[in-house]
Amino acid sequence: MRKVAIIGVGMTKFGQHWEKDMVNLAVEAGTRAIHDAGIHQKDVDVLYGGTMSGGLFTNQEHLGSMLPDYLGFKNIPSVRVEAACASGGLALRQGYIDIASGAHDIAVVGGVEKMTDVGSHSVTKALATAADYEREAAFGATFPGLYAMMARLHMHKFKTTEEQLAEVAVKNHRNAMHNPYAQFHKQISVSDVLKSQYIADPLKLLDSSPISDGAAAIVLASEETAKKLCDTPVWIAGSGHATDTISLHDREDLLTLNATVKAAKQAYTQAKLSYKDIQHAEVHDCFTIAELLAIEDLGFAAKGASGKFIQEGNTSIGGKIPVNTSGGLKAKGHPIGATGVAQAIEAVLQLRGDAGKRNTGAETSLAHNVGGSGGTALVHIFTREKR
Amino acid sequence: MTVPKTWRRIPELYNLQGTKCKSCSALFFPGREVCVKCGSISLEPYRFQGKGRVVTFTIIRSQISDPEGENIDIPAREIPYVLAIVELAEGPMLTCQIVDTPEKDVFIGKQVDMVFRKIVEKGKRGVIQYGYKFR
Repeated sequence: MRKVAIIGVGMTKFGQHWEKDMVNLAVEAGTRAIHDAGIHQKDVDVLYGGTMSGGLFTNQEHLGSMLPDYLGFKNIPSVRVEAACASGGLALRQGYIDIASGAHDIAVVGGVEKMTDVGSHSVTKALATAADYEREAAFGATFPGLYAMMARLHMHKFKTTEEQLAEVAVKNHRNAMHNPYAQFHKQISVSDVLKSQYIADPLKLLDSSPISDGAAAIVLASEETAKKLCDTPVWIAGSGHATDTISLHDREDLLTLNATVKAAKQAYTQAKLSYKDIQHAEVHDCFTIAELLAIEDLGFAAKGASGKFIQEGNTSIGGKIPVNTSGGLKAKGHPIGATGVAQAIEAVLQLRGDAGKRNTGAETSLAHNVGGSGGTALVHIFTREKR
Repeated sequence: MTVPKTWRRIPELYNLQGTKCKSCSALFFPGREVCVKCGSISLEPYRFQGKGRVVTFTIIRSQISDPEGENIDIPAREIPYVLAIVELAEGPMLTCQIVDTPEKDVFIGKQVDMVFRKIVEKGKRGVIQYGYKFR
């Protein structure tokens, strides 16, 4: 396996883009990424594009053809990747494997979702297809509902509180204040979260990530190519990917995402690092409880101890392990297919020192992307040259 | 919405019929054709008794479907409703609604029994799907 570097990144602002369609968003992000890498469209050998559901959100499939067509990547091999909310992370993983294998030298990996061209009912229905449709969704399970059941059990078993869950949203909104690409630039308080309406007890509106449009793209290159083109490569030191039962109710422990545990183990082993070596992380906080579970499953806090861990400030910028400096899915926004790629972009900005007021000075970073209630998980570890 | 899609699930939804592995006796609900415990592909139908306990639950308070919509799979449900993961006495777990019980009387560990209820009304002219809920 060859070493693989990230040599360019680009994304759209996340939010409601009434003036742009899915392809406009993908082209904006992809074009920024190749510009950042200093390459031309014709230099791109292969494209991996993650979207959860072009079909249900915009009536458009066959994105494997459509995206390179409009990006100006003529006739290249191109793969549309789908793993629900982990589609972007999986696109990154597939691009990584492609370049590492020696099949190609330069890949663009991206993710896009256009969610605001349909009503919120249709969005909920589309999202429900990421669960076991006939055995969870058809019985009345929504995604907030599935994560709410995890939250309820976490509170029951470990005495986690709604205030501790709220702290996740408050921290992520605070971080997003300094991210120009974030959907929300609004500081919220624990009491704002606690006073927001319940959508699925114990989860409230402000425990939840929003509906967003957006796209994100990254240029990957082999070591040899990267050294010719780039002074500040960020290396993919580890890539892990695992799956689990699609239904939450089929898991022996409803509070452990085994897909995360296994993907993290692969990534840590490959990078020859442990969780103690990670200095920054972007984790999948589609709901506040998901960030707590991620912090435990990735090793940063013991099982059951994440509520207190967050409340003590360990995951804030300046804390032991800053988590979701970008604002996370909660405040940066969650255009499904783009999320996994955008997480990696925050890792790159942190390692390059290009994150402005969000800079942590980290030399190692981790990105964690989950599909559904934990049916898929991706974990990537990034490093930079010592300075 | 086609009739066969509803019809073929009648044993599962009406009778809690899953499968039992002939090789290692593992039980599955819904039924599986491959035993994920031992890898056997020799499984037989197995009917669960319909007794269980609440493992966790939530109260769904946001409307999740298009009340005007036709030919949709997720029906308009009256909100709020209680959604739970129930562990059957025989072991497997399932996701279901808890009915006939005030919200405040639902708790983790509560013993519940299966009841037969309407699950989904597939549009104004579609098939009505019946199946299991618990109380």
